[in-house]
Amino acid sequence: MFAYIARRLAIAVPTLLLLIVFSFLLMHAAPGGPFTSERGLPPQVLANLNAKYGLDQPMWRQMLTYVWGIVSDFDFGPSFIYKDRTVNAIIAQGFPVTLTYGAISFVVAVVVGVSLGVAAAIWHNSWLDYLAVGISIGAQVLPNFVMAPILVLVFTLWLGWLPGGGWEGGQWQYLIMPVVALSTSFMASIARITRSSMLEVMNSNHIRTAKAKGLPMHKVIVRHALKPAMLPVVSYLGPAFVTMITGSVVVDMYFSTGGIGKAFVDSALNRDYAVMMGVTILVGALTILFNLLVDILYAWIDPKIRY
Amino acid sequence: MVIDSTRMKSLADRLAGDEVKGRSLWADARKRFLKNKAAVSGLVVLLLVLAFAVFGNMIAAYSNETLDFSVMGQIAEKGGPSLSNGHYFGTDDLGRDLFARTVQGTQISLAVGIVGSAIAVLVGTFYGAFAGYVGGRTDNVMMRLVDILMSIPYMFVLILLLVVFGRSIIMLFMGIGLISWLDMSRIVRGQTLSLKHKEFIEAAEATGVSRLTIIRRHIVPNLLGVVAVYATLLVPLMILTESFISFLGLGVQEPLTSWGALISEGSGTINYGTLWQLAFPLFFFVITLFAFFFVGDGLRDALDPKDR
Repeated sequence: MFAYIARRLAIAVPTLLLLIVFSFLLMHAAPGGPFTSERGLPPQVLANLNAKYGLDQPMWRQMLTYVWGIVSDFDFGPSFIYKDRTVNAIIAQGFPVTLTYGAISFVVAVVVGVSLGVAAAIWHNSWLDYLAVGISIGAQVLPNFVMAPILVLVFTLWLGWLPGGGWEGGQWQYLIMPVVALSTSFMASIARITRSSMLEVMNSNHIRTAKAKGLPMHKVIVRHALKPAMLPVVSYLGPAFVTMITGSVVVDMYFSTGGIGKAFVDSALNRDYAVMMGVTILVGALTILFNLLVDILYAWIDPKIRY
Repeated sequence: MVIDSTRMKSLADRLAGDEVKGRSLWADARKRFLKNKAAVSGLVVLLLVLAFAVFGNMIAAYSNETLDFSVMGQIAEKGGPSLSNGHYFGTDDLGRDLFARTVQGTQISLAVGIVGSAIAVLVGTFYGAFAGYVGGRTDNVMMRLVDILMSIPYMFVLILLLVVFGRSIIMLFMGIGLISWLDMSRIVRGQTLSLKHKEFIEAAEATGVSRLTIIRRHIVPNLLGVVAVYATLLVPLMILTESFISFLGLGVQEPLTSWGALISEGSGTINYGTLWQLAFPLFFFVITLFAFFFVGDGLRDALDPKDR
């Protein structure tokens, strides 16, 4: 098991380095620098500033400094636009928000999706099954940026039940719409995957044996069917996590929740490359870490995997 | 008894004709596809949307850039959908005809979806077929590269690319093309591995056909079924990606537009009671995605009858 984790780490670390180098090179390919402005600085002042911040060094030197800053102090450097704020400060402000509603959405999507999928498979071809299939087909074409305006239209403008945006320290009224908008399409995908894998497992030999020896149905499902049926769901969680983090950008923009998505889009519109890079690298690191966890979980569930 | 030779001949011809007319895999698949009601109606919807994109401008009473000053400033009261003033879908908040804008958005969104999918087909098929057929260390390195690229949050990198190199439609095409082939190459590789040891490939190898020719002439044609299915399912994903970026205001720029940009505009103005601005683009977006998913599923069922 440890060898397996070590091998996965051996891929994860170069991936992250590749991402850092790639975004660093991109940033340097961009026109302009942090001190380029409309007024323009005298060339001597610019040279002094560049010397002060190490921008006169060769590129590989700058890259090493940047990477070393991240690795040793978790320091992403100063922002290019806000003179008084570092990238760390901007991320630290938005990240807890994203993490809160992101984690809730993830749990909601998995719990509701799996329950719906399992129920649909057990009562195959019942109204519940048709409902689950209907929802999962419908929600496929309702990504977060479609759900968000529809939710606001119905629950804020027509019914007036929920506030149309804001965060307010994460009170529940402000959480509902972001969570629903973010989790719906994943919930649907998870339900669909669970249903089809559960149907397959329920027809397999070991379930027939369990039924034949007289186990009550709920024990058959909990003890014998659920674990193997979860394998495809677990392997879907990795990509789902990536898409969900991406979706948080829309949630932040539309509901003004103030997470890192907002910081990312603002920096993209302002050309604040330092913040963009910081967020990209952070998200990349999270993704890689999460994929690693999923792989370990997968190896733990599936005894057929040799590591 | 005289045998009517002409009738015998026509019978013989008919029998021979029957025998020759075997059912190929594709004819079989076509028959199964046509039986699938959801898939056929999806295809019809797609053709209608395509016709809308191609011929819509002929019906439109206004161009997509003309501002209608008679409704400007009072869009909520006068800018609604109406047949009498020629704004079939109403106008947007600047007084531009939404029908013409939707036609334009449909053209661009479909183009992005199809181009992205086409790049995936070209690059992904050859990459996956090559890796799978050559095998060994080459395969290992090529697929690890795909693994690495897949674990990068591509939307963030794509936005980074768009910001650094300027937000143009060419950059959008390139950025989407850059990531779309990854899944395709994996699927194709898996399929290639199962084809690799078939007799006809061995025969080709034994007669000294070169590797590239084997891939081109024998492997790729046998992958077409899988590739066609996956390409169909990829188009809506590409449309989703583009709409996502345009929704954030980072994709297609004015005066060009796309479904994502239109939905973004519409959802920004729902407070002012101009619901049609959201409803019409959203309607086209949703039915097209549905149609693509149904056609893709139908194709899969038609080409792979075992997998039910």
